[in-house]
Amino acid sequence: MKILLVEDEPEMAQSISHSLTQEKYVVENAYTLQAALEKIHIYEYDCILLDISLPGGSGLTLLKELQKINKTEGVIIISAKNSLDDKIEGLNLGADDYLPKPFHLAELHARLKSVLRRKKFEGTNLLTLANTTIDLQNRMVFIDEKEIVLNRKEYDILLYFVSNKNRLVSKTSLAEHIWGDRIDEADSFEFIYSQIKNLRKKLQDNGARISLVAVYGLGYKLVTE
Amino acid sequence: MKLSSYTTTYFSLALLGIISIWSVLFYLAIIDEVYDSIDDGLENSKILILRRASQDAAVLQKTEFGESNYRIQPVSKQAALAATDQYQDTLLFMVNENDYEPVRMLKTFFHQQDHYYQLTIITSFVESDDLIEDLFYYLFWLYAVMVVCVVFINQSLLQRIWRPFYKLLDTLKEYRLDKPVPLAFQASKIDEFNDLQESVSKLLQNNLQVYQSQKQFIENASHELQTPVAISLNKLELLAEKSELTEEQAMLMESVIGNLEKLTRLNKSLLLLSKIENKQFTQEQDIQVNAVVTKLLAEFAEQAQFKEVTLHLETKGELHQRMNKDLLEMMLSNLLKNAIIHNVKNGFVTVVIHPNQIAIHNSGPAQALDPDKVFKRFYKASASSQSTGLGLSIVKAIADLYGLKLSYQYEQHHRISIDF
Repeated sequence: MKILLVEDEPEMAQSISHSLTQEKYVVENAYTLQAALEKIHIYEYDCILLDISLPGGSGLTLLKELQKINKTEGVIIISAKNSLDDKIEGLNLGADDYLPKPFHLAELHARLKSVLRRKKFEGTNLLTLANTTIDLQNRMVFIDEKEIVLNRKEYDILLYFVSNKNRLVSKTSLAEHIWGDRIDEADSFEFIYSQIKNLRKKLQDNGARISLVAVYGLGYKLVTE
Repeated sequence: MKLSSYTTTYFSLALLGIISIWSVLFYLAIIDEVYDSIDDGLENSKILILRRASQDAAVLQKTEFGESNYRIQPVSKQAALAATDQYQDTLLFMVNENDYEPVRMLKTFFHQQDHYYQLTIITSFVESDDLIEDLFYYLFWLYAVMVVCVVFINQSLLQRIWRPFYKLLDTLKEYRLDKPVPLAFQASKIDEFNDLQESVSKLLQNNLQVYQSQKQFIENASHELQTPVAISLNKLELLAEKSELTEEQAMLMESVIGNLEKLTRLNKSLLLLSKIENKQFTQEQDIQVNAVVTKLLAEFAEQAQFKEVTLHLETKGELHQRMNKDLLEMMLSNLLKNAIIHNVKNGFVTVVIHPNQIAIHNSGPAQALDPDKVFKRFYKASASSQSTGLGLSIVKAIADLYGLKLSYQYEQHHRISIDF
């Protein structure tokens, strides 16, 4: 999978590309709008991570250019501006998602996977990990062909872990992904703990060969046996 | 005390003093003039009577006043020579008044053909108590009329002169730095007022500039903080993923991450506040508030269940409002979140929707919060280290933006209401 990272802040770009490379993505960096425009004309990418405020102009220009040359790369806007207008305009110009900075890398991975799935595997909406299969379209989970019933939050949690398999998912990242900022932070951890306990039990009871392991106080990690 | 009442009081007191002193002097002057005139009259009568007595000896026989105003009585030589002319005030029975009335009396002595006589002439005199009474009566009315005039002049003339001042005062009472309106500068004939208006105008301009640069500073600062915080968080996450961490290191890292995340939340809330105050949410639409509340209550259902708090909705009417949808949702969800978090086990949260009001009642610690502080930034009733203390100020900022009235009350339970 080839990703174009358009981000002018070198340290930020370094962290993101480091994390993406670990997940076996091929990452190319563009630090200016001009460099990014040149690259999209020459190469094909599976997904573009696009900052809005760039030296040389707004990232939205790149979205317009993509439309003009009929390219359908997945685009996730990553912006520190967190401005509603940018979000609406970006999505109208064909961006697939909008991720305000600062974000958790786990969240970026989940969004990226979701965009890639939509772009690349249209039709096949099944996600398989060991003996566990997730039907994304119908929001159903099967273990060895047998359906297990998860509530809405449990399903969201599982999908988030699957998108971040073998990676540490921090408690706050999970809380923000599942509940947004609706819930109080202190409560959300207890809440998450109880949901994860239930999810673990369901996976274990049904003989799933994936499990959620706690990483000290930091969070959890999904591992396959 | 109002300026006009103040001046009226002073004028009235001054008038009272002036008129009192003046009335005494006036009375004395009049009385003096009256004495003078009456005594002249008596003197004149005396000369006339003496002249008649020298021609007509019958006059000397008139020893009683009777119908006339003099009497003549013979006296000894010694007494006559020892005495001089004497003017006296005395009382005499008046037939018409059926009472003793004051009279002015002149006693004088003369001799005719070696006989000595005392001549007494009287003339009716003004009744000084009546005079004083009349004088007092008229002066009182003069005083009253003057006070009325002073009041009238104050009310009409002074009010008119001070009108630019009061107008400025009214504008200043309404003036708010976060909602600046241009000062209606009204040129006045009075230099002091023009000066005042100009100075106030300059003062406000300066304050406005400071206020705006302060606001801008908060927004810029929060914005500039985003990137380094984001980088730090992501780097820490990368580090945490390396599994060689000991438990102790992991704990330390968790604490650092937790604090950085708190900083992020604070920063986001501050940015949001600045954006609301800088009116950066421009898209408005007609919203059915009832539907939004229903949706939010559903979203909070799980959290409420977890906290063992029951959610209720009472619909007393349909509430519609034209505003930014995200802001409305933010305002209501902040209130709901608050009501659920600061609650007790087996407590309740009740949302009551009226056609022009929404009220959120919730059980909680049985202690009223300070209504003056509850919507202030960084006000925390409980020492929850997770809370930013900005949730309710965001609600307040949104309410202010749309001119909605936000109030807090405590009657056995907490109640926050928004009047649309």
